[in-house]
Amino acid sequence: MRSSGGVPVKIISLIIALFILLCSIVLSSGMGAVHIPPLKVISLLWQKITGWNIHIDYPESWNVILFNIRLPRVLLGTLVGMTLAIAGVVFQALFRNPLADPYLIGVSSGASFGATIAIYLVWKFSWGGFNAISIAAFFGALLTMFTIYGLSRIGKRTPVTILILAGVALGSLLTAGTTFLMFTASDAYQTIHTLGWLFGSLSSARWSEVTGILPYLGIGFLFLGIFSHRLNILQLDEHQAQALGINVEQTKLILIFVTTLATAAAVSVSGIIGFVGLIVPHIVRLIWGSDHRFLLPMSGLVGAAGLILADSLARTIFAPRELPIGIVTALIGAPFFLYLLRKQKRDIM
Amino acid sequence: MIKIDKVSFSYGTRSVLHNVSLDIHKGEIVSLIGPNGAGKSTLLLIAMGLLSPQQGNIRVNNRLLKEWSSRDFAQYCAFVPQNPYLPPAFTIWESVLLGRTPYLNFLGLARKKDREIVKQALRWVEIENLLHRKVSEISGGERQRVVLARALAQEPECLFLDEPTNSLDVHHQVTLLSFIHRLAEEKQVTVFIVLHDLNLASTFSDRLILLEDGLVVLDGTPGQVMGNEKVLSVYRQSITVFNRPDEESRPAVLPVRMYDK
Ligand SMILES: Nc1ncnc2c1ncn2[C@@H]1O[C@H](COP(=O)(O)OP(=O)(O)OP(=O)(O)O)[C@@H](O)[C@H]1O
Ligand SMILES: [Mg+2]
Repeated sequence: MRSSGGVPVKIISLIIALFILLCSIVLSSGMGAVHIPPLKVISLLWQKITGWNIHIDYPESWNVILFNIRLPRVLLGTLVGMTLAIAGVVFQALFRNPLADPYLIGVSSGASFGATIAIYLVWKFSWGGFNAISIAAFFGALLTMFTIYGLSRIGKRTPVTILILAGVALGSLLTAGTTFLMFTASDAYQTIHTLGWLFGSLSSARWSEVTGILPYLGIGFLFLGIFSHRLNILQLDEHQAQALGINVEQTKLILIFVTTLATAAAVSVSGIIGFVGLIVPHIVRLIWGSDHRFLLPMSGLVGAAGLILADSLARTIFAPRELPIGIVTALIGAPFFLYLLRKQKRDIM
Repeated sequence: MIKIDKVSFSYGTRSVLHNVSLDIHKGEIVSLIGPNGAGKSTLLLIAMGLLSPQQGNIRVNNRLLKEWSSRDFAQYCAFVPQNPYLPPAFTIWESVLLGRTPYLNFLGLARKKDREIVKQALRWVEIENLLHRKVSEISGGERQRVVLARALAQEPECLFLDEPTNSLDVHHQVTLLSFIHRLAEEKQVTVFIVLHDLNLASTFSDRLILLEDGLVVLDGTPGQVMGNEKVLSVYRQSITVFNRPDEESRPAVLPVRMYDK
């Protein structure tokens, strides 16, 4: 059996996935307490983008609901889902470890610790459309990553196993710190706020957040696009990769840096959303093989569509109450993943 | 071509190579022989610039190794490691295509020419029928040939091979080394190769280098090295050397039963 289709098959798959993502964006934007039919969503979007006046009847409130509330949320979900899935691909490839995901090297625990501190000290500042919690989470993630990277550096090399072990160890320490703050909180609201953050949510989405994280993701995706074929080569051992003309240490450093930057930006506005970065890359790999030039964009599209779907469920199942999105991704993702794993029974990396 | 000058190397405190000097000329096939742990693989890694020696230096094409960019070096020299790891989910095609890496632009897109060269490399080692198979679905010898095909796809002017005949049957051992012999003769490819099989080494090399405990014990033509008594002592009298009637200058070796007397 051919494990990975030829180039046309892959391009067609990408186009189909893009189409599905666009459909998800439209459908999800229409869902909620006020239902907007998909065709109307498309017409309104078309009108907004092109400026043409299409003469359709709709309540004035739809404009506000669609463009001020739903669309920023759906687009934020798209970006976050894309980033988590792509970061999963990169970390799994970089560490040659199927368990690696954006959170393994401490991004998540660093971000949550940062966010928790901001919640407990009731930091109120904001910058460039981000609130204090997002900013603290962003720097918490970056700082943790650099600490772990610095700790695992031996001479000029950074052995992957040490990096992962350091990530897990420092991660537990920071998680303990977060839990400690939660237990000692005098204010129950703070505990609930932190818990909500730990399970992820897109409910605070605003346009400023979408545009705010875009530069980080843009830079990240650009670099990853350029480096994607090198990820293929890093699947070999370091001697072989070096002998094929790759500067292994420099490549690893750049990849870790841009990926962490993008993940930290995404996590800072969404909280911790587990499973996307772990499961999406595996699903894509199981179906299409492990060429990273395809794996990266495809995982991005699947991750985005998946997170939009999860968010739609999170806000509609128990409407008007909302579930934390991290619970939904775990509830759907884990069983589906186990099913695939049993069914395929082949090499997963 | 490849000039190894007074190289000493140790892994931590374990000293592995002592003051090794070698000169390998263009188009020459030089075989490195010696017992397990003699330092053969280490010497090859050092000559490739994958390990840095504590003392001494290496020049390839009159340039110090550290003056080469890794990309230029990969266009010039290719490497087949002793136990190469290949990702099991890669197809054979994808694995061999990696050999074109040093020639691709920054996006890593393969052009028609790259694909032609990969196809040629697959034909050379006779695995073109495995193209679509995954690495996890082929045999050990086939895997060995995939790595060799990848090295050939680099269009190298020098080849570093660490026991490339390891898990091959006799027929494929001979065809592989004959092919390498032809590369050296017709395209002036320089070959530095670790071989355990002394008969193969004697048959296909221009020069043999006998390494023991990190020291060069002998360095010369197959006739000179195999004819020297030191070979017997390095291999602890486990072999007997005799002249082949068909090729006087390339002695042959047979094992002897030990512990008999
Ligand atoms: N990474 C390493 N760290 C420490 N010691 C090592 C390492 N690799 C090899 N050695 C030691 O260095 C010595 C030389 O090893 P090397 O692999 O060069 O031997 P070799 O001649 O290739 O042997 P073989 O015929 O078994 O392949 C051996 O004693 C070995 O135990
Ligand atoms: Mg060896």
